[in-house]
Amino acid sequence: MAEKTEAIVIQLNGERRELAPATTIADLVRSLGWLPEQVAVEQNGRVVRRAEHATRALATGDSIEVVTLVGGG
Amino acid sequence: MVGKVGTKSEEVTRDEPLVLGEHTFRSRLLVGTGKYKSFEETAEALEVSGTECVTVAVRRVNLDRNAGPSLLDHVDRKRYTILPNTAGCYDVESAVRTCELARELLGTRLVKLEVLGDPKTLLPDPVGTLDATRELVRQGFHVLVYCSDDPRMAVRLEELGAIAVMPAGSPIGSGQGVLNPNAIRITLELVKVPVIVDAGVGTASDVALAMELGVAGVLLNSGIALAREPLRMAAAMRDACLAGRNAFLAGRIPRRLYANASSPTEGLIARAETPRS
Repeated sequence: MAEKTEAIVIQLNGERRELAPATTIADLVRSLGWLPEQVAVEQNGRVVRRAEHATRALATGDSIEVVTLVGGG
Repeated sequence: MVGKVGTKSEEVTRDEPLVLGEHTFRSRLLVGTGKYKSFEETAEALEVSGTECVTVAVRRVNLDRNAGPSLLDHVDRKRYTILPNTAGCYDVESAVRTCELARELLGTRLVKLEVLGDPKTLLPDPVGTLDATRELVRQGFHVLVYCSDDPRMAVRLEELGAIAVMPAGSPIGSGQGVLNPNAIRITLELVKVPVIVDAGVGTASDVALAMELGVAGVLLNSGIALAREPLRMAAAMRDACLAGRNAFLAGRIPRRLYANASSPTEGLIARAETPRS
């Protein structure tokens, strides 16, 4: 159980981030200041559907991409 | 300008809509949302252009600051169909993943695929473009494919299930216009899916020329966004698109080497016996 209290270390948009234990994708998106419908999230190269954000926990070693829409041609 | 409702002008310029997959558009201009000075200017330019289909890009959120205003706060999805692109992708995997993320963001299947060869030319990589098209079609996407102005490439893309092909008039952002009109004309003869000239449009005559060739539409961004007066240029592009489309439908006269008088050659007054001094 000890590892449950250790910080999670992930790669978030290419940057190393330490997060509290049991952080979910929904928690992460909220902490970044975005609304769920404004972003899409990939965990280790796979899109995680918005409906699963609240229940999908992050784990050390995860590679997470959080993207949004910007101007483009 | 579109004629007033019920006028003769409206009657004679009636046109079929542009159909892209599940979407139907009255305007044949597709407009990008990059490079504007502000979201406000973006929204105004889109409105003036008359477009009903706008492209956007997918990018990582900025981790250094909290979310500010978002592009989608300024682009009314009831009014515009959002066409996400894979601009900046140089390999099949990242292009396909970008489409999957876009589908999650927007809840739609429509994507504009770009698999680029190198950052200097931004020309499409043909093999990567074919491979990504195949995979995206397999996944059920409605794929509009940015490609070079190669008619045989367009045929291959249509065979793979692309719902539209988007040959570049000239390199992205170059403003060189349609460099090879004959390649576009041949493409139009070889494929049934809509052909949309994408990239390289610098000014209104480029749009008009493309539409006069008979393409289904034109996609542009820099030509408006980087003009000295983007909103006025948006109006110029709108009018050029309509003018070119009407000219195509009306049918241009053949080119001749010699003159062909417009005024009657009969009934001219007599030539003076002696020149007047």
